[in-house]
Amino acid sequence: MIPFQYTRASDVADAIKQIAADPSAKFIAGGTNLLDLIKYDVATPTRLIDISRLPLGNVEETANGGVLIGALVPNTDLAYHPLIEARYPLLSRSILAGASQQLRNMASTGGNLVQRTRCFYFYDATTPCNKREPGSGCSAIDGINRINAILGTSQSCIATHPSDMCVALAVLEAIVHVTGPAGARTIALADFHRLPDNTPQIDTNLEPDEIITAIELPAKGFSTNYSYLKIRDRLSYAFALVSVAAALELDGDTIKEARVALGGVAHKPWRSPAAEVVLRGQRADASTFANAADILLRGARGFGHNDFKIGLARRAIVRTLSQAARGTPQSISDKKIR
Amino acid sequence: MASYIGSATSRVDGRAKVTGEAKYAGEFNVSGLVHGYVVDSPIPKGRIVRIDTSGALGVAGVIDVLTHSNRPTMADKDDAYKDEVAPEKGSPYRPLYDDRIQFTGQPVALVLAEDWETARVAASLVKIEYQKEPHVTDLQAERARAYAIDVPEKPRGDAEKAFASAAISHAAEYSIPTEHHNPMELFASTAIWENGQLTVYDKTQGVQNVQQYLCKVFKLQPNAVRVMSPYMGGGFGAGLRPQYQVVLAVLGANALKRPVRVVLTRAQMYALGYRPASIERLALGASSDGLLESMQHEAIAVTSQFEEFARNDTGWGNLLYKSPNAKFGHKLVKLDLPTSSDMRAPGAATGVYALECAMDELAIALKTDPVQLRLQCYSDRHQGEDLPYTSKQLRECYRQGAEAFGWDKRNAEPRSMRDGSELVGWGMASGVWEALQVPATVRIVLTANGHAEVATAASDIGTGTYTIMAQVAADMLGLPIDNISVKLGDSTLPQCPVEGGSWIASSVCNAIANTARAVRGDLLELAKATKDSPLAGAGVDDVALIDGKIVSKQDAGRAVPIASAMQSGKAERITREEINQPSEDKSHARNVHSAIFAEVKVDEEIGIIRVMRVVKAVAAGRILNPKTAHSQVMGGVVWGIGMALHEETLYDHRFGRVMNANIAEYHVPVNADIHDIKVIFVDEPDEMVNPLGIKGLGEIGIVGVAAAIANAVYHATGKRVRDLPITLDKVIEFV
Ligand SMILES: Cc1cc2nc3c(=O)[nH]c(=O)nc-3n(C[C@H](O)[C@H](O)[C@H](O)COP(=O)(O)OP(=O)(O)OC[C@H]3O[C@@H](n4cnc5c(N)ncnc54)[C@H](O)[C@@H]3O)c2cc1C
Ligand code: SF4
Repeated sequence: MIPFQYTRASDVADAIKQIAADPSAKFIAGGTNLLDLIKYDVATPTRLIDISRLPLGNVEETANGGVLIGALVPNTDLAYHPLIEARYPLLSRSILAGASQQLRNMASTGGNLVQRTRCFYFYDATTPCNKREPGSGCSAIDGINRINAILGTSQSCIATHPSDMCVALAVLEAIVHVTGPAGARTIALADFHRLPDNTPQIDTNLEPDEIITAIELPAKGFSTNYSYLKIRDRLSYAFALVSVAAALELDGDTIKEARVALGGVAHKPWRSPAAEVVLRGQRADASTFANAADILLRGARGFGHNDFKIGLARRAIVRTLSQAARGTPQSISDKKIR
Repeated sequence: MASYIGSATSRVDGRAKVTGEAKYAGEFNVSGLVHGYVVDSPIPKGRIVRIDTSGALGVAGVIDVLTHSNRPTMADKDDAYKDEVAPEKGSPYRPLYDDRIQFTGQPVALVLAEDWETARVAASLVKIEYQKEPHVTDLQAERARAYAIDVPEKPRGDAEKAFASAAISHAAEYSIPTEHHNPMELFASTAIWENGQLTVYDKTQGVQNVQQYLCKVFKLQPNAVRVMSPYMGGGFGAGLRPQYQVVLAVLGANALKRPVRVVLTRAQMYALGYRPASIERLALGASSDGLLESMQHEAIAVTSQFEEFARNDTGWGNLLYKSPNAKFGHKLVKLDLPTSSDMRAPGAATGVYALECAMDELAIALKTDPVQLRLQCYSDRHQGEDLPYTSKQLRECYRQGAEAFGWDKRNAEPRSMRDGSELVGWGMASGVWEALQVPATVRIVLTANGHAEVATAASDIGTGTYTIMAQVAADMLGLPIDNISVKLGDSTLPQCPVEGGSWIASSVCNAIANTARAVRGDLLELAKATKDSPLAGAGVDDVALIDGKIVSKQDAGRAVPIASAMQSGKAERITREEINQPSEDKSHARNVHSAIFAEVKVDEEIGIIRVMRVVKAVAAGRILNPKTAHSQVMGGVVWGIGMALHEETLYDHRFGRVMNANIAEYHVPVNADIHDIKVIFVDEPDEMVNPLGIKGLGEIGIVGVAAAIANAVYHATGKRVRDLPITLDKVIEFV
C-alpha cells in the first residue's frame, strides 16, 4: 500500500479537471474494488478523487422510452428500482446474482463496469501477470485457471471481466455515457470492455481522464421472456464460472427477436450476432437453442482447469434460453435452480 | 429449584458480545500504543541476503523496523520454542530468528509505527533480497517420498491375505485438500510492559501455554508474564499453539519499551497452521454375508520440513467395526510449508470421511443397505485394544437418525430418485471421536452475599464454556445462575490446559464439582458450629446445596441457609481450589459417536449440488446445555458441508504460494448453501466416563458429514467422487 491524497470532486467538470491534471490519480466511487486493489499493491494511485457525492444518483425515463441510470446509483437501489424491476427485470436479476447485499449497497453502477478481473494472479503482486505488469508473463495460462476465460483469450492474458450486471447490460444494448476533457460521448456497452490481445493492461475503451456519468437503456426491456442464470462454486457470493443472460421476444412458439450474452467466459460479456440470427424466426426449443450455443461457443478453448466451462456453458445457454422462453426466469430467492 | 444442567440456557456472555463490550486481543487500547505490521516472505525457501529498511524508516511516524539482524534477544534452543501442544519431533519455527526462509508468508520484518496505516505503508517500502532455493509444496507430486511413522493402532491377523481372499472387496484412494481454519477474528496480540510486568492480550486457545512459551522464549520469570484471552472470535485449532504474532508483539515491546500490537491480515493467516492435505487409502474385504474380514487404512499427510505433525487418521475403524484382520499405516511428506496443525476433529474429519465412503462402496458391492452393513459390523468393543466402552449408543444414533430422516423410503438404486430436473440422493455415514479429559483446576470464591466467582485459565473459544460453567456451578452451589460469575482466559487463574480435543467441558465441569464439594464441606463445618445445628453429625456427602441452603439429603427439613452459616462463622468468603484428574481406569474405551443422514439434489444438466437436509444424531453422554450443544453440532455440520463441497486451499506449486488467501475465493458455505439441519441428542447416561457423565461435543459435529454427502452425491448421480471438494465439474462430465 502506498500513501495517497484524498480529494473530493465538486462537480463533473471538476472531476475531469482533477483527473486530467494528475495521471496517477483515480476516481473512487463505492471503493469495493479499488480499495482492495490498493491494499494488495495492485493499484497505486497517489491521489483518490472521490466522486461519490456527485449528483449522478438518479434513475429517470428518457424521451425515447428508455431509462437513464446515473453512474453513482448503488447496485442495490438499481436492482430494486420500480422502473427497473418492471421494465428491465433481467438487469435486476443479474445485479442481485452478484456479490453480497453489503457490497451491492456500496457498489456503484459506474464502478461495476470498471471493476477489474478476479484472476488470482492479478491480485498477487509477487507473481508474473501481464495485466498488472505488462511483459511479465501470464501465470494463469499454465496455472490455476478455473475462473479464467475460454473465449477471446490471447497469449498474453486469459482473464475474464467479472461483472454480472454488464452481462445483462450487453443483452439490453445499453449505452455508456462518458465525459472527458474533450467533452461528452457515448460508448456502446458492447464496445466498452476490451479483449486482451497484446494489451491486457487496458481493460476498457474509457480514456483514463474520462468519467462515466450514466448508463442508458433503450426502450426494449424484454420483461416477459428473460432469464439470468449464474453458475458458481457455491450458491451465492461467488463469481460466475459461467453466467448467461437471455432475452426473447416470442410470437407463439416462434422467436421474433433473441439476445444472449455470456459472463465468466471472456473479458467482456460475450455475444454473437450469428448466434442470434439462427434463433430468429425459429421455434423456441432445445435444438434451436443448442444451435445458438454452438455458434456462441465457436473457438472456445480451455486451459486445463477451466476446460469444463465449454460444456457447462453450452448447457447453461440451452437452459437459460428455455427458461426465458417458458417465462420462468431463474429464481434467486428460493435457493433453487430450475 | 430446577436444574440448570441440561436446560437450554442462553449464553451468559451473549450480551457482552452483541453489544461490543466483550473485548478481543486486538482491541485493548493503552496510551502510547505502537502498531506493528508484518512483512512476509514471498518465497517458500531460501535465505535473506539483504534487507534495506531505509525507505520504511524514512516514513514519518515509523519508529523502527525489526528484522532477524536487529531484533532483541530470544532463546536459541529448540526446547524454548516447544509449546504444550508442539509436535514431539522437530524444531519449532522461530519468528524473526535468522535469515532462513522456511515457508511462504513467513514474517521477515516487523514495521513499528504510531498507527496501523503508517506501518502498513512503510511495510511496502522494506526492500528484501532473497536467495531462492528449490522448493516442494505438492503432496501428490511428492508422495513417493512419504515415510512411515508409528501409529497407535497395532495390526491384527493378516489383513492383506484376508483381503485377497475376501468374497467381496473394495479398495480405493480418497483425498482431502489442505484446508485453513479462517476464524472470523484475525490473529492479534497486544504486549504491554508496565512496572517490570509483561501483560499480553493474545488470541489463543491456551493462555497458560502462551505464558509458558513466552517465558522460555524471552527468558522471563513466570510471575512477570500474564497472558489474557478473555474472548475469542473462533479458534477451531488455529489458536492451540502460540502463533508468531505474539512473539513479534513481545519483540516489539522489548525493543521499544512501549506497548505494541500486532494484527495479522487475512492473507497472512494462510501462513499459520492448516488441516494437512491427505491421501487416504482404504481396502475393505468382506464375506458374502457382509461381515468385515479385513480392514486396511493408510494415510499420507503433509507436514513441514522442520516439524512432524501427525494425527490419527486411520484408527477409527477399530472403534466402529469388527474385523478379525486389520492394518493401519500413516506416512508423512515433508513440504516447504508451515507446520500443519489441528483443525476441528483432526485426523477424524479426514480419516472417517475416507472410511465411511469406503464402507458405502462396500455396501454397494455387497448389495446391502449401508445402515444394515454398519449394524452387521457393529462393534461393542474397541477392536484395537479389545475393551468395552463406558457407553456407546451408536445403534440408537443409527435408529433415531434413520427414523427422523425417513431412511426406510430410500430406493437403493443410484439415480432412482428425482424431483423435477434434479436427481435426489440419500447418503449416510458414522461419526466418532474421543471423550477426553485433562487435568484442570477450578477456584471458587463464595461470598457471604450468595455470589460465587468460578475461575480457571481455560479459554472460551466461542463454544459456550462460560455458560456451561455457570450452569454447573449454579447447580453445585445451589445458587441462581445470575449470582455466578465465570472468569476465564487469564494465565494467572488456576491451571488449565489448552482448549481443544473436546476435553474442556468434561475437565472443567468435573473440577467445578470437586471444588464445589470442598466449598460445601466448609459450609457444612460452619453450619455444624452453630448452636443446635440441624445438620449435626452430617458428612459432606450427606448434604447438598440447594436454593441458597445447606440441606440434608435424607431430610430436606434439616437445612441451614448458606448466608447464616457464613455469618455465624464470621466467614466473609470461602475460597477453594481443586483439581480434577482424569480417571486412570484403562479398562474401558471412552468415545462419542454419531450417525449422519444427508439428502442432496443434483441438477443433472448443469451439475449444481444442493444439500437439502442433514440429520445428525449424536451420543455424547450428558448434554449440559441443549442450546449451545445444538449450535456446536450444527456448526460442525455446516463445516462438513463446506468440507464436502467447497473448501480447498489452492496452491500454485510453481511459486509455492496460496492463491486464494482470502475469504472471497477460499469458499466456505454461505446461507444459500445451507438448508434443513436437524440435530438429535441420543440419551446416553454414563457414570463411568467421569462423575458428571460429560463427553464433550466440540469435534463430533463435523465428523462423518462429508462422507454422508459424498455418499448421497453418488446415490443421486451414480458418480463416485473421491477427491474433495465435490465440485460440479467432478460430478458431471461436460463435453
Ligand atoms: C468479495 C467480492 C465479491 C464480489 N462479487 C461480485 C459478483 O459476484 N458479481 C459482480 O458483478 N461483482 C462482484 N463484486 C464486484 C463489485 O460488483 C464491484 O467491486 C463494484 O461493482 C465496484 O463498484 P464501486 O463503486 O465500489 O467501484 P470502486 O471500487 O469505487 O471503483 C472501481 C473502479 O472503477 C472506477 N470508477 C468508479 N466509478 C467510476 C466512474 N463513474 N467513472 C469512471 N471510473 C469509475 C474507479 O476509478 C476504479 O478504478 C464483488 C466484489 C467483492 C469485493
Ligand atoms: S490471465 Fe491476465 S490477469 Fe491473469 S495472470 Fe494472466 S495476464 Fe494476469
